[in-house]
Amino acid sequence: MRKFTKESGLVMPLDRSNVDTDFIIPKQFLKSIKRSGFGVNLFDEHRYLDKGEPGRDNSQRPLNKDFVLNQPRYKGATVLLARENFGCGSSREHAPWALDDYGFRIILAPSYADIFFNNCFKNGILPIVLDKEIINSLFAKVEAQEGFSLTADLQAQQIELPDGELIPFNVDSFRKHCLLNGLDDIGLTLQDADKIKAFEQNWRNTSPWYFGVQG
Amino acid sequence: MTGKTLYDKLWDSHLVTQRDDGTALIYIDRQLIHEVTSPQAFEGLRLAGRRPWRADANFATPDHNIPTTREERRQGLEGIRDPISRIQVTTLDDNCREFGIFELDMNDERQGIVHVVGPEQGATLPGMTIVCGDSHTSTHGALGALAHGIGTSEVEHVMATQCLMQTKMKNMLIRVDGRLNPGVTAKDIVLAIIGEIGTAGGTGFTIEFGGEAIRSLSIEGRMTVCNMAIEAGARAGLIAVDQTTLDYIKGRPFAPKGEMWEKACTAWREMVSDDTAHFDRVVVIDAAEIIPQVTWGTSPEMVAPITGEIPDPEQQSSPSRRDNMRQALKYMGLTPGMKITDIKLDCIFIGSCTNSRIEDLRAAAAVVKGHKVASTIEMALVVPGSGLVKKQAEAEGLDKIFIEAGLEWREPGCSMCLAMNADQLGAGKHCASTSNRNFEGRQGFGGRTHLVSPAMAAAAAINGHFVDVRDMLLTLDR
Repeated sequence: MRKFTKESGLVMPLDRSNVDTDFIIPKQFLKSIKRSGFGVNLFDEHRYLDKGEPGRDNSQRPLNKDFVLNQPRYKGATVLLARENFGCGSSREHAPWALDDYGFRIILAPSYADIFFNNCFKNGILPIVLDKEIINSLFAKVEAQEGFSLTADLQAQQIELPDGELIPFNVDSFRKHCLLNGLDDIGLTLQDADKIKAFEQNWRNTSPWYFGVQG
Repeated sequence: MTGKTLYDKLWDSHLVTQRDDGTALIYIDRQLIHEVTSPQAFEGLRLAGRRPWRADANFATPDHNIPTTREERRQGLEGIRDPISRIQVTTLDDNCREFGIFELDMNDERQGIVHVVGPEQGATLPGMTIVCGDSHTSTHGALGALAHGIGTSEVEHVMATQCLMQTKMKNMLIRVDGRLNPGVTAKDIVLAIIGEIGTAGGTGFTIEFGGEAIRSLSIEGRMTVCNMAIEAGARAGLIAVDQTTLDYIKGRPFAPKGEMWEKACTAWREMVSDDTAHFDRVVVIDAAEIIPQVTWGTSPEMVAPITGEIPDPEQQSSPSRRDNMRQALKYMGLTPGMKITDIKLDCIFIGSCTNSRIEDLRAAAAVVKGHKVASTIEMALVVPGSGLVKKQAEAEGLDKIFIEAGLEWREPGCSMCLAMNADQLGAGKHCASTSNRNFEGRQGFGGRTHLVSPAMAAAAAINGHFVDVRDMLLTLDR
């Protein structure tokens, strides 16, 4: 997995709560058997005026000029500023894949749906939880100042604003360790293979009905 | 001494190892697999040169991309017109063959929606940990199993290690006391719960559903409730094991038999929360007060009783909720103050992992029997959850009731719940749907979804607009 240590970038606001995974990447793009190439269809139903289909040339499609992603001032944004319950709905990892493929590395929101939040860490994206008041003030700052950027320092667990203000954030220590070092979860777990085998043997003895095959 | 909740028991019995920071490795008994969220996981295994830790813990069936007309299904894989969908389905077949994983392929009579097929085959059992790359895996909690959706990276992780890295959730109890009134169903219970606690109300929790009204539900009704735990923000929903659970499982193909069955039952009877268990949050709902529910917006929490009206965003004190409601009403083409019964419908969808089991189809058939679908309804689909549900329904003559009433009787799959196959809701069209999500574009680009129970969807089909199914049932009784 790609490491995340300290990243800076332009902030794009998405002023809407309960943004669901269908909003992030509509289902027709889930037919792909790859992990990449979803960025051009990120927020597809809001970004374009017509219905998207996999394999279409998206450069020819009519853009929704009102949608924030299409506003020139947010071109190249890598930080997504969002509202409550971001990423609710399905477990599709295509949602973080699409965000990542587009270029988003950091998400700031007051809360996230559990599965989406977890999926972000598996893909080198840092989802940060901040108090609602701080999120509100960031929305105001982004609105007021074109080119508003910030830096997220994972090691120090703080966000640095252009005026020098530092905003601390919490992150699970294990997830932090994995992100900082770009660790592969499977490799880490397999270090405990002996423990898994011992557990499994005991479980097989005490609950053999879970190890049967079709009778 | 404080006892354990059912979730605590399931967690403790599957704990392989715990790190100092609270992350734990949890052993997974069963992984369910479908074609959409698995190809990248299998590819990851291949790239790393890994094999499944325990191939027989996995169980696959394709569902999302599967066509549902008889003509298409007769042609097998060739019947999947969209070549990208076809590749996804054949990729699942190829991967299951390569890695030695049990699959009910699209031509197998037992194929269907993975959350219908798993319990039907006895592949999901009480006391198990169950995962699937699908958020509606919470369904299986109805059998007293710890079951939740995971992302594709985790699908690969479980394939390779038989474990999942987890931090423990908090415990929530939602107790539905008393009895439901006639015409009110499991779907209405869970929609009412989501209306009460909101779509993020269960975030960070495992929800156990209890109380007399839950205990009185069949296993199929309990699956409907647990299915939508995720719509309340909880990855997992749970219902304690009782005699109803054991009766449901007995004799199913993957269930233990003979002496092993007796031993398993003894263990499974322990799959209940202790009387002294502590819950971090308790919500109590009076079943008698639940009225058939209809969603009017673009989030499952935007729900009202059939006797109600579309709420007014301007009456909302929270600015973000007000904005959300405005956006939702604009998308839905509805106005505040409008009666729910005045919402006119263009389409009806009876199906999905929430409501496509035999009891759902019986409930819908009982309402449409002897009636005709309203002339204003453009499309009305009944999509059974599995090939075996379809067979049972046909044995009972339900297919004929639907067809005579003017509904289409389809082949099993996810269909228009998420419209990854050809079954799609048109832009601007209103659909009474027994599925689980009313998000923008969920059932088709620009489509407008109203979530309801099977009986309510059937009543709407006949009338062309929402009606209180309780009134129709009164007429039927006479």
